[in-house]
Amino acid sequence: MKGGDDAKVLAGGQSLIPLLKLRLASPTRLVDINGIPGLEYIRESGGYLRMGALTRMADLEASDLIMKRYPIIHDASVEIADPTVRNLGTVGGNISHGDPANDLPAIMLALEAEFVAEGGSGSRTMKAEGFFVDTFTTALNHNEILTEIRVPMASPRSGGSYLKLEKRIGDFAIAGSAVQLSLNSRGECERLGVGLTAVGPTAIKAKKAEEALKGKKLTDEGAIRRVGELAAEAASPTTDLRGPADYKKEMVKVLTIRSLKRAYQRAQRGGM
Amino acid sequence: MGHGVKRKEDPRFIQGKGNYVDDVKLPGMLFLDFVRSPYAHARIKSINADKAKALPGVVAVLTGKDLVPLGLDWIPTLSSDKMMVLPTEKVVFQMQEVVGIVAEDRYTAADAVSLVEVEYEPLPAVTNPMKALEPGAPIVRPDKGTNHVFHWEVGDKAATEKLFSGADVVVKQELYYPRIHVSYMETAGCVADFDQVRGHLTLWMTTQAPHAVRTVAALVTKIPENNIRIISPDIGGGFGGKVYVYPGYIVAAVASIVTGHPVKWINDRSDDQPSTAFGRDWHMTAELAAKKDGTMLGVRIKTVSDHGAFFGDANPSKFPAGLFSICTGSYDLKGGFAEVDGAYTNKPLGGITYRCSFRVTEAVYAIERMVDVLAYKIGMDPTDLRMKNFIPSNKFPYKSIFGWTYDSGNYTAALKKAMDKIGYWDLRKEQAEKRKKGELMGIGVSSFTEIVGAGPSAQFDILGIKMFDSAEIRIHPTGKAIARFGTKSQGQGHETTYAQIIAEELGLPIEDITVEEGDTDTAPYGLGTYASRSTPTAGAAAAMASRKIRDKARKLAAHLLEAREEDLVWERGKFYVKGSPERAKTIQDIAFAAYTNHPPGVEAGLEAVDYYDPPNMTFPFGSYICVVDIDRGTGQPKVRRFVAVDDCGNIINPLIVEGQIHGALAMGFGTSFLEEIKYDEDGNVFGANFMDYLIPTAVETPKWETEKTTTPSPHHPFGAKGVGESATVGSPAAFVNAVVDALSQGGIPHIDMPLSPWKIWNALKEKGLAMEA
Ligand SMILES: Cc1cc2nc3c(=O)[nH]c(=O)nc-3n(C[C@H](O)[C@H](O)[C@H](O)COP(=O)(O)OP(=O)(O)OC[C@H]3O[C@@H](n4cnc5c(N)ncnc54)[C@H](O)[C@@H]3O)c2cc1C
Repeated sequence: MKGGDDAKVLAGGQSLIPLLKLRLASPTRLVDINGIPGLEYIRESGGYLRMGALTRMADLEASDLIMKRYPIIHDASVEIADPTVRNLGTVGGNISHGDPANDLPAIMLALEAEFVAEGGSGSRTMKAEGFFVDTFTTALNHNEILTEIRVPMASPRSGGSYLKLEKRIGDFAIAGSAVQLSLNSRGECERLGVGLTAVGPTAIKAKKAEEALKGKKLTDEGAIRRVGELAAEAASPTTDLRGPADYKKEMVKVLTIRSLKRAYQRAQRGGM
Repeated sequence: MGHGVKRKEDPRFIQGKGNYVDDVKLPGMLFLDFVRSPYAHARIKSINADKAKALPGVVAVLTGKDLVPLGLDWIPTLSSDKMMVLPTEKVVFQMQEVVGIVAEDRYTAADAVSLVEVEYEPLPAVTNPMKALEPGAPIVRPDKGTNHVFHWEVGDKAATEKLFSGADVVVKQELYYPRIHVSYMETAGCVADFDQVRGHLTLWMTTQAPHAVRTVAALVTKIPENNIRIISPDIGGGFGGKVYVYPGYIVAAVASIVTGHPVKWINDRSDDQPSTAFGRDWHMTAELAAKKDGTMLGVRIKTVSDHGAFFGDANPSKFPAGLFSICTGSYDLKGGFAEVDGAYTNKPLGGITYRCSFRVTEAVYAIERMVDVLAYKIGMDPTDLRMKNFIPSNKFPYKSIFGWTYDSGNYTAALKKAMDKIGYWDLRKEQAEKRKKGELMGIGVSSFTEIVGAGPSAQFDILGIKMFDSAEIRIHPTGKAIARFGTKSQGQGHETTYAQIIAEELGLPIEDITVEEGDTDTAPYGLGTYASRSTPTAGAAAAMASRKIRDKARKLAAHLLEAREEDLVWERGKFYVKGSPERAKTIQDIAFAAYTNHPPGVEAGLEAVDYYDPPNMTFPFGSYICVVDIDRGTGQPKVRRFVAVDDCGNIINPLIVEGQIHGALAMGFGTSFLEEIKYDEDGNVFGANFMDYLIPTAVETPKWETEKTTTPSPHHPFGAKGVGESATVGSPAAFVNAVVDALSQGGIPHIDMPLSPWKIWNALKEKGLAMEA
């Protein structure tokens, strides 16, 4: 990208403009990518749900496909910020910003999403796991832009849920828990994805929690509780104006258990 | 009167055609921005602005030293203290203005701010007012030598002692009313334009009290008062935060004098929130004494109030603790004692009037919270306890133990109406059933008594200026009118309300009356708009001035009708001769005659001025009931219902009153659940922008169910009382009482505002009531 390290991509501007306004960032160049055609879409093809990076968050909210087959994304789409922010803010921007308080990163971790980036040296695909390097730092190179977000297509016996605890509607999360569950034919947990919002320097993939339920039935209250506890252990929140650290950790447990139960209900109904 | 006329001012606001200070654009205008202190308390060792001065576009740099020769480095506050404009020796709160930068545009000014090098020597800070009053605390104000600002007390201490020691029950609770900001939509700002030829200063500014500002400015700057013109254009919310004179106004004026250009200063949100006046920060220990049967005997409250680094409360001079002595509330008590000690701390100034009311909010919160504490203690329903102790309606006018004469009230009727509307006893049944199932639901009541309309001149003045207010009405030859006032609307709808009062009194159509406020060159002198005083004072003046006009119109009508004045009958908008209503002269006929055909011995013209000095305060009241559900997993409270029954006497415009109540309830909701400006021990401020300081939006604000009762004020010209702040004052206790009621089964006596989910959850956890999911 021209302008070197100091240039910034401008998508919806809902995170970048506030930074500029507060003079926390002052890049010498802004590269407005809103004019790039063909980056606003939501569709299923080739075994993936594919979302163009410039898809507005309001489009997620309005999408039937998302509502019916990916309720975990729908849950978030109505809780991210407010309608004005969602009208402009993009899926790509929400993820590329690398803000642990943004909601989509945790969901992408739970969904085992992949990100497609284009740069001077061509195109590459990255897993969501490992993408969120540090607060405001992702695996994207400065000469790359994110173009597509893809999520393995939902299987019939899967269901997901995102629960976010907020101080005020539209605010960033006190804590959030994204859960994606697939059941085998016996109704046991085949795969579990757990992503956490706002309880660490990046969105967190709670791997131990994900493993704890494998092969177990979701009627096993003890096992469900264990998932919640392990998710809480994976969290490393700090005390701030959105609550004390120990409270947030406890809330990860509560939210994960609730989210898991809701994901299970949805999985039983075929995803919805 | 009594009609919900749509607001005359709304078309321009809705279409974005309002004219706010930031809309004022003058040729050659420069922009002011500030270097602000990163420390709460520090000595300034040096200021180096060379790099800033060298930046192209920077016109002037002003420091405290530049203000010294003008005598403007410190200015008097409204509370007979003084306040730094720019520091010469030390800073006393974080985000304090340190250096003013004047540049050709806003961005250059902001760029230059970051080029100024200020060397500080940090000093120990004190941000807790209780600690500030302890011996050995860092002294915020060496000129004072102590952090103790004032001691105030009311009531008979010894008698109260006796009353308490003889009582069956005494309840005691610490109550903290958090520090909050008004968070108006429009931040503070001004445009100062000094005309060097005429020696004349025009100041467009966001002020709620333009005349008072002009007088103070004249006294401080020595510019003759006729050479100062304050214009307060449309204002985007004040809530008390725009009564104060901020350093920005002064520095902008000085900058205009120095540069010969108009200078604009508009605070950024993140500069405004942590540096302009706050409200509350009021730390109480409250006690209530009662008999076993629930008869309340007395109240005792000890308070420490935080005033920041300067005592700048916009309070009437004789009331350093405001009208806190209304803390006996709606109850017929035998005795009581209240005391307040003010403290200086390393925070910006504030306190009274900032975020509405002269400490009535704190007083109402204290008594309404304590009534509930007592109810739980003696196992009585909180509504029964209130009903038992209300001042009976036949006791009005009622003299309170702290000396107020409540004008009128019917507290039982208001509470009963609220209980019926919400289905109180059914809710109690539901609550009992829910409890069995382990669900937490709470019902909170607040039966407040307000005190507004400051005020009678014998008691009320600010810096010696009596707290009357004024109206001046002129009827044009064609029967149209212009009316001007000493108050200043910041969203209250004065252009409509005042027009309605005049329309009622003179029989003119509302649309024929133009209402103007805020320009000191044209408006009659008045003390401005805050503390719900406009209708009780200037509104009354509008009626009185109209009546003077009517008196003159009678003379003119007598001339036109060739009848004797005493034979004329006034009927809305016209005079006729007794017995022959068909021979009438309308107010429009009369107005025309006033300029074309006035009789000998009567002056031409049709106009009047009135300066209204209210005989007493007015005492609006109401009863609010809130229902809240609490999530035992997260501690999150959700307001399910909120019924507000208000009584503000006779209503001029029910639509505007309803709007005032809705807005104030939303503010009370924000205070109760979301808002707080916090400081750490070093004086770092938290909650200094809208990312961190959350105010409620339409989405989570509960649906308000409003009702009214009408108990006219016996002394107001048309029986009205103020209303603007009733709900801010009355609602927090209802919210908190509801949440505490939900938790009461666990024996949780109290939680301080803001009621964040984690505070509630911690309380639940402590009592083993929190759930794991
Ligand atoms: C008031 C408010 C409340 C909010 N609340 C929430 C909330 O509750 N939950 C939540 O999740 N978010 C919230 N947000 C953030 C919002 O969702 C942002 O819009 C989003 O995080 C960023 O998307 P954007 O398109 O606006 O990105 P921009 O602001 O344009 O960019 C953000 C960053 O990402 C980079 N970037 C953007 N697109 C790309 C791309 N395609 N490739 C590479 N880099 C890119 C930019 O260079 C920049 O560094 C809130 C924002 C506001 C203003």
